[in-house]
Amino acid sequence: MSEVNFTIDGVPVRARRGQTIIQAAEDAGIYVPRLCFMKGVLPGGKCRVCTVLVNDRPQAACTQPAMEGMVVKNDTPELRGWRKSVLEMLFVEGNHFCMFCEKSGNCELQALGYRFGIDAPRFDFQFPQRVVDASHPDIILDRNRCILCGRCARTSRELDGREVVDFVGRGHKESLGVNGRRLADTGLRVTDRAVSACPVGALMPKRVGFAVPVGKRLYDARPIGSEIEDKRKGGA
Amino acid sequence: MAKPKVATASLAGCFGCHMSLLDIDERILKLVELVEFDKSPINDLKKFTGRCRIGLIEGGCCNQENVAVLKSFREHCDILVSVGDCAVDGGIPAMRNMVPLKECLDEAYLKGPTVHNPSGKLPGDPELPLLLNKVYPCHEVVKIDHHIPGCPPSADTLWEALVALLSEKPVALPYTLLKYD
Repeated sequence: MSEVNFTIDGVPVRARRGQTIIQAAEDAGIYVPRLCFMKGVLPGGKCRVCTVLVNDRPQAACTQPAMEGMVVKNDTPELRGWRKSVLEMLFVEGNHFCMFCEKSGNCELQALGYRFGIDAPRFDFQFPQRVVDASHPDIILDRNRCILCGRCARTSRELDGREVVDFVGRGHKESLGVNGRRLADTGLRVTDRAVSACPVGALMPKRVGFAVPVGKRLYDARPIGSEIEDKRKGGA
Repeated sequence: MAKPKVATASLAGCFGCHMSLLDIDERILKLVELVEFDKSPINDLKKFTGRCRIGLIEGGCCNQENVAVLKSFREHCDILVSVGDCAVDGGIPAMRNMVPLKECLDEAYLKGPTVHNPSGKLPGDPELPLLLNKVYPCHEVVKIDHHIPGCPPSADTLWEALVALLSEKPVALPYTLLKYD
């Protein structure tokens, strides 16, 4: 059998064997909120925003393969609450100044905040000291905004065939390290896919900010995930 | 029945949120029909005249005076609302939170490249409110009932929220009106 059948919130979903829950859900037009997951690279299982209940056990939908007969809960008040907490922790753990960030309007963390209706985090802001690396002529690395999702590291390794960035340190001391003394020494090119893989404004090309006016940016009018949910509405 | 009173204050903010409130255009006529303004920079009333239904706070707390004003708003207002990113998360003033206060003051008054300060002293006039060790969002100082993020929140956002609060309905902003920038 190359197919498996299971349900997400009671909706029957058919998946190819080996597909993860998040991939099968997406093909079926069901949006599982995510941050560190990116199509085309291996899942990281880092952010836990995609946590679903599989037969009532919490699992990361980006790493858990779809299995025959599993009962998945995705959009429930309990899971929405967990995801909201994770997002709020990400907001207070870094220094996220949306008001002047070039990524604002196109930022996946911000867009998830909007989708979940977060008006203020319930946790105290940490205001950590983080290092900005502006040494590269075309790319800026602002660790204040980094959420340690690892999309840049995985993309650099798997798609660019380089290992320009990766994690150093552990726990709350974990940060994004560069393969060299500074970002400028790494050979990272602005055209590398690792740069565009960043969901927030941590790794960004220089001199391209604020090009799109407010109101026309990616997440100004419609919540993140709408494009996936459209598939189901269109097909139903 | 007397009109409900609304008080406003700008703490560590830029007055942009107050500007945005004035930006509701002709709806401001409707607003003065609905409410009476108490202590606020808009009418320049310096003291509370009585109990207020709604207090709108712009800006976070960067000094002693901000904390005192915020606490008096909490005492006098039934519903206290953090308006704008500075009140909600510290905003631009909170950019100093990543640098120790001593370093900030030294840079501003002693060591900065354009500083001319022959006395070599930091400002210490007792008239000046003491700076806090860092800038605090309002809800880390007093209980805040509602948060309206945005830099500033748009006039439509403020209008929607105010109308909901005045009619004692839940503040449920549509997707396009909840913004952090």
